[in-house]
Amino acid sequence: MSESTGAAIEARDVRRTYQLDGVAVEALRGVSLTVGPGESVAIVGPSGSGKSTLLHLLGGLDRPTSGRLLIGGRDVAKLNAAALARLRNEVVGFVFQSFHLLPRTSALDNVALPLVYRGLSARRRRALAAEMLSRVGLEHRMHHRPNQLSGGEQQRVAIARALVTSPAVLLADEPTGNLDSATGASVLGLLESLNADSGVALVVVTHDREVAARAHRQITIRDGVIV
Amino acid sequence: MRLAEAWRVAFAALRANRLRSGLTMLGVVIGVGAVVALVAIGTGAKREVERQVEGLGSNLLVVVPGQIDFSSAPSVSRLTLSDVDAVTRIVGDRSRVAVTVTSGETVRAGTRSRFSTIDGVLETTPKVFVRSIARGGYLTRSDVDTARRVAVLGAGVARTLFPERDPVGQQVSIAGVRFRVIGVFAPLGQSLGVDRDGEVHIPITTAHRLFATNRVDGIAVKAPDRSGIDALGQRIVAELSQRHPGTEFSAVTQEQILGVLGDILGVLTGVLAAIAGISLLVGGVGVSNIMLVSVRERTREIGLRKAVGARPRDIGVQFLLEAVLLTAIGGVAGMALGIGAAVLVAQLTPVPAAVTWWALALAFGVSAGVGIVFGVVPAQRAGRLDPVVALRTE
Repeated sequence: MSESTGAAIEARDVRRTYQLDGVAVEALRGVSLTVGPGESVAIVGPSGSGKSTLLHLLGGLDRPTSGRLLIGGRDVAKLNAAALARLRNEVVGFVFQSFHLLPRTSALDNVALPLVYRGLSARRRRALAAEMLSRVGLEHRMHHRPNQLSGGEQQRVAIARALVTSPAVLLADEPTGNLDSATGASVLGLLESLNADSGVALVVVTHDREVAARAHRQITIRDGVIV
Repeated sequence: MRLAEAWRVAFAALRANRLRSGLTMLGVVIGVGAVVALVAIGTGAKREVERQVEGLGSNLLVVVPGQIDFSSAPSVSRLTLSDVDAVTRIVGDRSRVAVTVTSGETVRAGTRSRFSTIDGVLETTPKVFVRSIARGGYLTRSDVDTARRVAVLGAGVARTLFPERDPVGQQVSIAGVRFRVIGVFAPLGQSLGVDRDGEVHIPITTAHRLFATNRVDGIAVKAPDRSGIDALGQRIVAELSQRHPGTEFSAVTQEQILGVLGDILGVLTGVLAAIAGISLLVGGVGVSNIMLVSVRERTREIGLRKAVGARPRDIGVQFLLEAVLLTAIGGVAGMALGIGAAVLVAQLTPVPAAVTWWALALAFGVSAGVGIVFGVVPAQRAGRLDPVVALRTE
């Protein structure tokens, strides 16, 4: 649906202020950014720079304190909690540093999880999840549980889960942070090929310059502003 | 999220922590079991009392001196046989009037003896009350008129004194006086732990000589029909009050006895159920507690589910169903436990127990309700979790 509305993500002067023990902390101080369809963007910056906060905002997990933020053409400020959840389900896919797979749950069911919240039948969910697992090269690991998979395999399962809903944008937070360099490179290669093949926009948050260099565009953030 | 899916997830979550789920359920199991068992015992006791009072005979009116009051000691009777004649004139049918004078005496036959309730009665007793004769016959009018020393034994008395012989035609001695046995009652069995087969009936005239008294303890009248029963009672009480100025008399019907006993047993059952209900409440608090722990433990899972599109409501429903499932399964197990306990009590003790469908439905409904009530707070907490914070939780 995002294809029709131009940019996958559009942020204009987005600010995010937290209240920490009564003290206002400005994590983002006016960030403007556009991610076009199929684009790949790396967000780099030292820890505490606000890049994770930005990623959460871009994924609709959080709302800006002020500024205008459109995700898949929809204005986040106008959505309630349920509508925002639906937006995350339909427009965004997340990949986390620590994978965040459900334990005691097969790779197949982990991948199918987002489809549960679309009300699809179990049969349909599993068919889509199986297809997605094949695309990330894990057709032989479908019924394995996370603790039976290597780190690289777990991250592939997480990528499959992020893409099973055919989102407009894939948001990855240090996707190689918990992997050795060889595995990390292969996961990164997978993300890039998916980005190239399926046209999903890719936003990667990383502090790894090598990872960042592979993106179309690099954005450096420091002290809550893009530099 | 589809509801069927939510049930599946809730069930899987309970299975993942079998021991904890089981222990949490135990609180509900014991609570529901206690409610079901105690209500069953209370209901059974009530039914048994009703059965016995109704078993006395229908349209019965009992006239006694003093107030009918379960809290005071019975007053000493001043009624005599001439009062009985007066009552008979009002009723207009001697066969509808029964009287008693009662005393406890030792009954002997050969070397065997038994302490029994000796009832001095008229020949009308089996017609007024429901008593059937197993062997021989009952007292006759001429037995009463001529004060014959004849006796009808309760089944228990007959069994004790004549374990191997037919008692009819045999001699017994009551308080040292010889009587001839002319009949044996059909057994009534035990009720509420009291042996009802331990009585001996002798003519009231004989009893008056034996006990050296002329009192009558109580008069029972079998009314022709239910409608005239209260008016008849009032006429009898008025007549007796006139004959004994300064003495109060009461006429009480079966309905009144049933009403009073039913109220007492109803209150008793209610109190027992309420006490058992407290344990159910404690079980509910346990469910609430465990659900809060479960929400905290699965904070990361909640964050992830929210990230992939779960609405606050989806998460809330998931945890609420988990709590309801916990108490519903506990409720069913508790019902089984309660029924088992009731059956055991009924078999091992004289207290009867009756499991009623409404008590089961109520217990199950309450346990599921406990799940909802005590699951709401943890479920709301889970639903409102900030996904960013939840995902960061280790």
